[in-house]
Amino acid sequence: MADRIVMQVTRYRPDHDKAPTTQDYEIPLRKDWAVLDGLNHIKDHMDGTLSYRWSCRMGICGSCGMNVNGEPKLTCGTFLTDYAPGPVRIEPLSNFPVVRDLVVEIGDFMDKLPTVKPWLIRADGEPPPDAEYLQTPAELEDYKQYSMCINCMLCYSACPIYGLDPDFLGPAAIALAQRYNLDSRDHGDHERLDALAAAEGGVWSCTYVGECTKVCPKHVDPAGAIQRYKVTAVNQSIKALLMPWGKR
Amino acid sequence: MSENVEYGGYYARWHRPRVSRLWWLRRRSYLVFVLRELSCVFVAWFVVFLLLLVHAVSSGEREYQRFLDLSANPWMLALNVVALCFVLFHTITWFALTPQAIVVRLRGRRVPGRAILVLSYLAWAAVSAVMAWVILG
Repeated sequence: MADRIVMQVTRYRPDHDKAPTTQDYEIPLRKDWAVLDGLNHIKDHMDGTLSYRWSCRMGICGSCGMNVNGEPKLTCGTFLTDYAPGPVRIEPLSNFPVVRDLVVEIGDFMDKLPTVKPWLIRADGEPPPDAEYLQTPAELEDYKQYSMCINCMLCYSACPIYGLDPDFLGPAAIALAQRYNLDSRDHGDHERLDALAAAEGGVWSCTYVGECTKVCPKHVDPAGAIQRYKVTAVNQSIKALLMPWGKR
Repeated sequence: MSENVEYGGYYARWHRPRVSRLWWLRRRSYLVFVLRELSCVFVAWFVVFLLLLVHAVSSGEREYQRFLDLSANPWMLALNVVALCFVLFHTITWFALTPQAIVVRLRGRRVPGRAILVLSYLAWAAVSAVMAWVILG
């Protein structure tokens, strides 16, 4: 195994760059180094001006998502040795504005997320419980997969629809809505319907490329969540058509 | 300053990369997706072809013979072979996605995706068999 590897890192300094450029850094290649360790080595020993986000180093915080050789990855869980002998290309996530170097602006997602009300909504007038809401393991299983989302934005980076249609809610927001829709303690599915089934930006914008599910580091399956919601939305529409007097 | 640079609410300015027109060539999965989307044109063509056949049958023997001659035309054959390939591609890729969209529970347990896939193919085979019986029988 070679003992060094070249990292080709995208640089963008808004104060004096017109467009992003690439800078090469040759770093030691160590068996136990993730791509994030390589970036930290650059930052600590070679170039302190390099900017990127990271925090937990264990695939929980969702901060360190970047494109590694064109694939959206959590850089803390992606090992440099898998890209040996290199070079390995590190770019900011796609489909987001770049603030600086590898740092992207995710305000669009933060604005869209509350529109699907990703929190427990109880039926009107029901008093808060004295203890926790009870739930069986089978009921937990219904939504648990979707609750594993860490908002790392890899799915948005992989989704060409999000890149082409900025109104699209996107994979994670819809998966998080489904996380609550499928929760037995929640009664708020009708409140999420308008945002999720909206003609502009709702689930129907998704044409099922499926790439969001492939890149998800937590196996959330947002593509599945979206398609399942399409079935729900159709059922709701048929119900509303056949029984216009019924409750939504 | 590059025209791609925009002023944002929280930052002095940022760079918003444009989506390339050839984005669908970047990954195999994107290409497969675009081909699947394109396949709907050929599905529509088969519907038109079927309607032309029905029209020819209802318009008498002469019209029907003309339709058969048209169908035997080499370019029409080539078009239909390509259309068949796309329709098969459409069907197979669509079935492959079905287990993700359909969640069926039997006695509290989720039916495995593979079973849904097999049932889809069996339903396809059954419908094809009925069609073959109607046409050939």
